[in-house]
Amino acid sequence: MRIFTFKRTVWAALAFGLVMAFAAAAPVSAQQAAPADDALLMQQLKGPVQGRVSIPDAKSGVLIQPEGRDWRQVSQGPVKSVGGWLLALTVVALAAFLAIRGRIKIEHGPSGRTIERFNGVERFAHWLTAICFIILGLSGLNISFGRSLLLPVIGPEAFTSITAFGKLAHNFLSFPFVLGVFLMAILWIAHNIPNAVDVEWFRQGGGVLKKGVHPPAGKFNGGQKILFWSVVLGALALAVSGYILMFPFYVTDIAGMQVAQLVHAIAGILMVAVILAHIYIGTVGMEGAFDAMGSGQVDTNWAKEHHSLWARDAMHPRTGGDD
Amino acid sequence: MARMKFLCDSERCIECNACVTACKNENEVPWGINRRRVVTLNDGAKGERSISMACMHCEDAPCMAVCPVDCFYKTEEGIVLHSKDLCIGCGYCFYACPFGAPQYPQVGNFGSRGKMDKCTFCAGGPEADNTKEEYIKYGANRLSEGKLPMCAEMCSTKALLAGDGDVIAQIYKERVTRRGYGSGAWGWSTAYKAGSAT
Repeated sequence: MRIFTFKRTVWAALAFGLVMAFAAAAPVSAQQAAPADDALLMQQLKGPVQGRVSIPDAKSGVLIQPEGRDWRQVSQGPVKSVGGWLLALTVVALAAFLAIRGRIKIEHGPSGRTIERFNGVERFAHWLTAICFIILGLSGLNISFGRSLLLPVIGPEAFTSITAFGKLAHNFLSFPFVLGVFLMAILWIAHNIPNAVDVEWFRQGGGVLKKGVHPPAGKFNGGQKILFWSVVLGALALAVSGYILMFPFYVTDIAGMQVAQLVHAIAGILMVAVILAHIYIGTVGMEGAFDAMGSGQVDTNWAKEHHSLWARDAMHPRTGGDD
Repeated sequence: MARMKFLCDSERCIECNACVTACKNENEVPWGINRRRVVTLNDGAKGERSISMACMHCEDAPCMAVCPVDCFYKTEEGIVLHSKDLCIGCGYCFYACPFGAPQYPQVGNFGSRGKMDKCTFCAGGPEADNTKEEYIKYGANRLSEGKLPMCAEMCSTKALLAGDGDVIAQIYKERVTRRGYGSGAWGWSTAYKAGSAT
């Protein structure tokens, strides 16, 4: 992760303050020792320059931590630019998909009869996670992109108020969010073990690309299994990195917090992109899909088309069969 | 206008911590916050050096670059200041600063660090000069009275220099010429040259 680009002028002040004079004095003596100085410098700048302080705050014994420069370059550079474009492209891609493919209808029309897909506990876990995630996601995006996008529009005072509130919400909603994901993981993990049915599902493009194609699927199809594992593993990464940041110096030093912030930002952006696609297919993208998490009752024709194996078992429990 | 800088001559610093005390007293810095500190490298061993360190008021300040609410600003004299009204205490400047300058009044669990505090080069903050509000939030504004930062003014060995960057660089150059060696830099001159070569 270390990027040795000494071109950056981050060090200009270091130079001007503690060092410029040394540069000025170089012709006197330091010139001959320059190669050795270089080697020593590289060695010194590979990690924090640690000394001793007589004040109680022992952490301040770090005279210089060059990692700050790396963190700045990565977090303000690729994470922000690539992440920003990834999110923008996700929205564009979903809009393009809607324009080309249109809303996926129930092919045989609604039957009028319904079957329970998600019970109250399942829906509670989902919506607990969902509501938390929307606020966590928006406040997180605001921290990353608000200065460029929102601050110029609403001004510094209003932006600080929103961001300070967002920070509070972000910190405290992490707890119900983690609880929600934990519940979903327990409820659904048995239905999300990849199997041969998923291979066939992916081979047929999930049936979303062409009309009239409905590859068989259990309670969760291959795409939903990817979503499930993205959410569970993504939330794990977000929770671990987030709590490291929320409790500074308990687990790691500052270098660990820099890594945690990058992990948190990258995992957060990926999660937002995945959830955008999830929200799309669960609402405008597919007729009848929202009912699964809305009322919990789905139309039987929808169930047969999109989750044929699950529908068979759910409607005829005695025949048994795999999930 | 002069570009204000700090310079610590590690050949002269005797780790008396007068700069630390002077800073705390002059600015009435709260408990737990040290805007300036003295770090001793190779303590008790050959090549021991002490260096007084605070915010260096960087040319291309990392804190300014990473702040999510853009609360930092730079004065005409190159001093990096910030608004505590806008700061949300997120800690990003603390991650980015190479010198450990940003300080927070609280430990920071649950993100409750409080407003960031750091060396102001004794130049106050965005409030009107030498008002009570400015003093409570940011400490003294000596610069507006034509005085230099208290830490450097109190330095008994004149190891810590503060002021016009060109002037203090010249003072240091004369010292090094007289001594006949530029020790204490341990390659920092190379850092500057490499850092600004292209």
